[in-house]
Amino acid sequence: LLSAAITGYNTWTLEGEKMQDKIADSLKGRDADYIEIRLEESKATRIVYRGNRLEEIGRTSSLGGNVRALVKGGWGFASFNEANKLRDKVELAINQARLVGKETSKFSQSKPLTDVVAAEVEKNPITVPLASKKKLFDEYNDIILSTPKIQTSSIGYSDSQRKVTFANSEGTYIEQTKVDVSLRLAAIASEDGQVQQVGLSLGSQGDFSTAEGLQEQVKQMAQRAVELLSAPQAKGGEYIVVLDPVLAGVFVHEAFGHLSEADHVYENKRLQEIMVLGRKFGDKHLNIVDGATVPGLRGSYKYDDEGVPASKTYLIREGILESRLHSRETAAIMGEKPTGNARAINYLFPPIVRMTNTYIESGTLSFEDIIGDIKEGIYAKDWYGGTTSLEMFTFSAAEAYMIRNGKIAELLRPVVLSGNVFVTLGNIDAIGNDLQMNQGGGCGKREQSPLPVSNGSPHIRIRRCLVGGS
Amino acid sequence: MEDILSQAKKVAEQAEVFQVSSKVTPVYFEANRLKQIQDKESTRTALRLIKGGKVGFAQASGSVEPKTLVEMALETCQFGMPAKFDFPNPRVYPKIDTFDLQIDALTIDDMVELGEQLIANIRQHTSDILCEASISRGIASVHIINSEGGEAGYNKSIFSLSFEGVLIKDEDMLFVGDSHSSCHPVLDFRPVAEEVIKQLELARRNVSISTKQLPVIFTPHGVASSLIAPLVSALNGKLVFDGASPMKDKLGKQVFDKNFSLWDDSTLPYQVASYPCDDEGVPSQRTPLIDNGAVSHFFYDLQTAALANTKSTGNGSRHGGLPAPSPSSLVMVKGDTSFRDMVIDIKEGLVVEFLIGAEQGNILNGDFSGNVLLGYKIENGEITGRVKDTMVAGNVYQILKRLEAIGDESRWVEGFLLTPCLYCSSLSVASKAG
Repeated sequence: LLSAAITGYNTWTLEGEKMQDKIADSLKGRDADYIEIRLEESKATRIVYRGNRLEEIGRTSSLGGNVRALVKGGWGFASFNEANKLRDKVELAINQARLVGKETSKFSQSKPLTDVVAAEVEKNPITVPLASKKKLFDEYNDIILSTPKIQTSSIGYSDSQRKVTFANSEGTYIEQTKVDVSLRLAAIASEDGQVQQVGLSLGSQGDFSTAEGLQEQVKQMAQRAVELLSAPQAKGGEYIVVLDPVLAGVFVHEAFGHLSEADHVYENKRLQEIMVLGRKFGDKHLNIVDGATVPGLRGSYKYDDEGVPASKTYLIREGILESRLHSRETAAIMGEKPTGNARAINYLFPPIVRMTNTYIESGTLSFEDIIGDIKEGIYAKDWYGGTTSLEMFTFSAAEAYMIRNGKIAELLRPVVLSGNVFVTLGNIDAIGNDLQMNQGGGCGKREQSPLPVSNGSPHIRIRRCLVGGS
Repeated sequence: MEDILSQAKKVAEQAEVFQVSSKVTPVYFEANRLKQIQDKESTRTALRLIKGGKVGFAQASGSVEPKTLVEMALETCQFGMPAKFDFPNPRVYPKIDTFDLQIDALTIDDMVELGEQLIANIRQHTSDILCEASISRGIASVHIINSEGGEAGYNKSIFSLSFEGVLIKDEDMLFVGDSHSSCHPVLDFRPVAEEVIKQLELARRNVSISTKQLPVIFTPHGVASSLIAPLVSALNGKLVFDGASPMKDKLGKQVFDKNFSLWDDSTLPYQVASYPCDDEGVPSQRTPLIDNGAVSHFFYDLQTAALANTKSTGNGSRHGGLPAPSPSSLVMVKGDTSFRDMVIDIKEGLVVEFLIGAEQGNILNGDFSGNVLLGYKIENGEITGRVKDTMVAGNVYQILKRLEAIGDESRWVEGFLLTPCLYCSSLSVASKAG
């Protein structure tokens, strides 16, 4: 009963007028409240090192698409690899939506438009020969592995070029091409059965040079991993913590960004009461923004995956909840404006509400102002990751120090910090003047991970933050 | 596939083509009602070459010209890792049941009805709960052929039912959830409903807990969300070979509690993580990883096994790239203590049901630290309510070195782990005061 041996090689491409006609044709004469088609062509390169082994170097290509249909408030979705079945898939999605829909569709207006958006590339990774990439990563790897007490290393690099063609039943037709670069390096130190690691994550939209010239940072990273072997663990409990811009970016993403995604709220009456616009979440100095129109960042784009123009949204302005992130459906149901935040990681998934570039705006304080009057606290830097249940969240620092009498003191093992959104934002009592964006890693939601996003912040200070420890 | 292989053989010493096709139909419920039906068809073809003793790799989703795929793989060959293995020649595979024809008879209406029943049942218990559920049926076909004459493949049916509920009172959110998956279509919503209702019952009121070392019981979900990630990484043959695992020089040594045993088992009938062959065409097997507290095996793919001078354990798994060692189903051996007896034994303690963020610490060292998303306080031998704003932190090697007790009942969680409750005598608990 083996049916995997499919040998149909009728390749198709997204080039040219023909596909546009084919799409238009498949949408014609359909009975649905809304239909959209997304076709996607992508190419990627992946390079992985473990220790002194270049473990994986591979190329992938992908060609696929999907149809999403809305009928009476119900959705149907069909994804596929074979574009010659497009008409059938449109019909399938509509039929599924019909099975679901029993109410009235609510979907915000979006003006029909036609546009072709080319990738913004500085130094296109696609044009950098594999040999040059390998030479660069070999160099980083040598730096890590030549550091005494380093046991091993890991390097994961990938670049991708993705062209998405979007069309909907309202007459919108958009082609967008994006190039993404991401790099993660880690140094792993070991001694007496102890293993410690320090990592570095970077990314950019279309610029390979982000991955270049990191020799000094890589060296410091390896040394830090070795230092951690003899560092003590923090004692668990509540502390005043100061977060560096990288970790504070992860904090704002987890602590507030996800709760701003309207798909958590739009059908949840109780949460709507809690997340009512105008509610105070923090002091006057706190401004939180999400925006795909902020240029040149990894979460930047012109149109989202529902064909809505991107925007810049103040989630919190002067401590007050001002707006949230929307898809066309959540905006219509909540009676708010769409923000162009519906994104899909690839053609296998429908778009859902996602963040883009999320950050806390700069305040006025210097780093010295922030730590100067702390008797005992923790300075947490850089990141491993973060997660949220909406109310409670955790985020983990890759590097941490005690703060004693206004000075950075001894190095600690990495710490995991935790908070409660309704309390912790209000506990931010100092915001620095040194906003920095972090472009490494990616965001996961439901099954869709990793989505290119960026996040950032200046240094911030949080009173009474819960730290896990011995 | 044959086309790709024959073209690849012309330019390389060895070649292997891997193809997986799947069709999955999930049905989603949101805010207590049916929201979306999906249909996902996909095909992925991967080519691995060995040329000049080096490994090249290319993969295509959707249709691809054989020539293009071969060229892509060839380009990477010159930089690839030296191949320490040969692709498997013809093998005899165990017969593992991974396909139930009944999956075809399962209609969308059946799945919708199941979701409705599940949600209605849970809302009958707690009417204010807001439910999300998904029910999915799928079929996957895997086929592998290589230049050494090796050929393997199988079909798998996959059914899954998952539930997440949130109950909001003022600014307090309570999350509950459970899931079930199998190669059989399971039309009984009750096991999931019962688990969720149990969670709702135990979390009825919020109580505070001390910041100190306390005894902790991990439920099966708690084991999955706290202890498994560091354990799996430590037993991964690749991390062992790299020296990045604290277990690297512990083979055969007593590291864990003498009652603690863990198997990797890809042969269990109708389990979603089972297979007759792994993603490189190596026959599946049962591998004891920890045997009565002693480290007995690590799990391997072909390349890592060759580097480590041992044999593949049939754990070569592809997650979008080249095969790498990855566990199939993990089975922890049951003990003899009931959950009730564990609770009775504790004066003040914590039951961990779901921990978030535990995988974000230094898992290589076995450290974990997370926020107790759902956990219950034990006072004088009784569960008294839910604890919040609480973190636990510990090290799996210290915890599993001496277990106070192991549960006498096991439960599948996350589709890949069969585990009892684990009771450990002391763990660092930090809670927000007041």
